[in-house]
Amino acid sequence: MTGLSIENISMRFDLPNGGAVQALKDVSLHLKPGELLSVLGPSGCGKTTLLNILAGFLAPTAGQIMLNGHRVTGPDAERGMVFQQGALFEWMNVRDNVSFGPRMKGVSAADYMPNVEHLLDVVGLKDFKDKAIYELSGGMQQRVALARCLANDPDVILMDEPLGALDALTREKMQGLVLKLWKETGKTIILITHSVEEALLLGERLLVMAPRPGRIHKEYRLPFADMGVGQDLRMVKKHPEFAEKREEILSMIWDMEEEIMGRAEAGAGA
Amino acid sequence: MIPLVIYVLIFVAAFIVVRILASRLSARHDFTSLKTVTFGDESAVRPDRWASVISLLTIFLLWGAFTGSKLVPVHVPGPFVGDTEFTYTLQAPDGSTDDATIFVRVFPIGEDVEQRATEPGPGFAKNDSITVGAWRSQLILFDKNDEITRKDGAQVIAIDGIPVTSGGAVQTTAGRVVVTPKGSLNYEPPKGMQMEPIWLPPPEAVASRVLEIAREGYQNFTLWEHLGWSLYRVVVGFMLGALVGIPLGYAMGLSNWFRGWFDPIVEFMRPVPPLALIPLVIIWAGIGESGKIILLFLAALWIMAIAARSGVSGVRISKVHAAYSLGASKWQVLRHVIIPNSLPEIFTGARVAMGVCWGTVVAAELVAAEKGAGMMIMVAAKFQLTDIVIMGIILIGIIGYGIDILFRIAERWLVPWKGKG
Ligand SMILES: Nc1ncnc2c1ncn2[C@@H]1O[C@H](COP(=O)(O)OP(=O)(O)OP(=O)(O)O)[C@@H](O)[C@H]1O
Ligand SMILES: [Mg+2]
Repeated sequence: MTGLSIENISMRFDLPNGGAVQALKDVSLHLKPGELLSVLGPSGCGKTTLLNILAGFLAPTAGQIMLNGHRVTGPDAERGMVFQQGALFEWMNVRDNVSFGPRMKGVSAADYMPNVEHLLDVVGLKDFKDKAIYELSGGMQQRVALARCLANDPDVILMDEPLGALDALTREKMQGLVLKLWKETGKTIILITHSVEEALLLGERLLVMAPRPGRIHKEYRLPFADMGVGQDLRMVKKHPEFAEKREEILSMIWDMEEEIMGRAEAGAGA
Repeated sequence: MIPLVIYVLIFVAAFIVVRILASRLSARHDFTSLKTVTFGDESAVRPDRWASVISLLTIFLLWGAFTGSKLVPVHVPGPFVGDTEFTYTLQAPDGSTDDATIFVRVFPIGEDVEQRATEPGPGFAKNDSITVGAWRSQLILFDKNDEITRKDGAQVIAIDGIPVTSGGAVQTTAGRVVVTPKGSLNYEPPKGMQMEPIWLPPPEAVASRVLEIAREGYQNFTLWEHLGWSLYRVVVGFMLGALVGIPLGYAMGLSNWFRGWFDPIVEFMRPVPPLALIPLVIIWAGIGESGKIILLFLAALWIMAIAARSGVSGVRISKVHAAYSLGASKWQVLRHVIIPNSLPEIFTGARVAMGVCWGTVVAAELVAAEKGAGMMIMVAAKFQLTDIVIMGIILIGIIGYGIDILFRIAERWLVPWKGKG
């Protein structure tokens, strides 16, 4: 079966004090190739844990991940990762960062260079390819991270709050870029975010997770990502359905947060 | 005490003068100089270059001034040199008294001196003539030529007319005269405030000694051989220590087994100062080259192992994850992520290790060696050749500082991303 299957994943962390945290419980999901899923949820509901399992950095305590018919057991170049920040290699310049994947595979410079140049052009960093990483702004660094991931041509791209550290304006531009790259490359993308707007704008599918234990609370199919490919993202946001969905999801997350707080207070009172 | 007071005064005076002059001169307008909050903002504190220059000049001036250097225009009063005299009043047992003069000639040590000619003078106490070296004192057998001596019961009751008893002392214009409990006189010419060369030679003496030893050598080896051997030992010992310590540190940062195996050893050896190993190393390997190099190897080994280990643990896990997700193998992660990421830590460790090695080699040479900077100053100290000792200390400091600067330059060149991750 093609696509990415999350099959009954559970994750339990045993704590040193003898207790345990049920970070994920029985999460199942299937993504067809080329789908863009955004994941929302209150802090601590297991989003990062799920992504780490998908990337192969963590082994789930139950369940399995299947990608295109084979089981995921560890990190691999077929699943690329874009981190929030600080995952670029400062000791390499922009070009060497972007070409890292192909170079590790032993591809010759003549073969990977055209693609690297093209990707740098796509993310708008053609003139910065010889610059050091620490000479770039935060937004530029995230564009390098995107290009680095794409240069490796993975089947699935996993992003954990990739735009979380950026200012609002840069963030908006980057959202457009993510959409454009998604359409152009047809990659399967899973994107974790804390911003409801971002999740709505980018997610073809949107997953709202609930905490304790981490589980899927609700799933949406949204038209906005397709709309956003053609037009200005701000126009998309003005759409009445967009506002409606935003309010719905916001209040859903607020309710969850309040429940957590209430439980915490009850726990403190007891 | 007085040099310290002068030093503090110069510090304050220079501060005020530079402040006044600087406010007259055109102010700089870079980012830091425009900060209004500087007290508490460490990054806004920049070394005042004037202060550095004046600081070094002050040390040089004080050194020169207190050693009578020819390179320095002002001096504190030196020891008295020249002729002077004082009188003593001798009382015979029958109560009669008589004065006699002691003619003193104070001469700089190391120069030839002639006694002053004297007349014995009238009365039963006769005049004497003595010579005293500057900074020295002299016991005066004043009654050797007197007609009534201490054996007869005579005793000194006054110096320059000032009454004095046995065990007392008198400060006269000619110097300090002590009447010893046995009744003889001990004379000390005024010492002034300068240091005796045997304690602290003037700068030019040290400089000329540098030239002399650079030309003629000392203790069978030229100056450059002494310093070169010390440096050679440090470089070889450090290299061996780094060669073993860095891979060891990486292994400890990457493998449970290595970490478990070597942690107790490294943690135990880390607080043992290398100097404490000198006796053991001498027992095992003698005082030759191998002993020194083993010692420096051990001094560098733990520091480099710990630096490499913390370099590995300092790598952001997201970088390692990113590399694996991009298809890198374990070996490639080590080669392209962990090693470059740990370079800043390794450089810091190397700087520390070089400093420790340099200190250790000098100390080891002080204990036992045939050649080397430490041996040179140790032997010189035995012969009270203070100028060689000071020269050696200055050269050791310059070389240590030079090594550190080289490492800093190399660091800036090789790990430009340091602290920017
Ligand atoms: N290594 C770990 N050991 C123990 N508990 C862990 C560990 N990693 C995560 N957890 C717990 O698992 C739960 C989910 O964590 P996770 O980081 O996946 O949340 P998240 O949804 O990404 O939160 P955020 O939005 O704040 O990033 C949390 O309760 C957390 O305390
Ligand atoms: Mg998270």
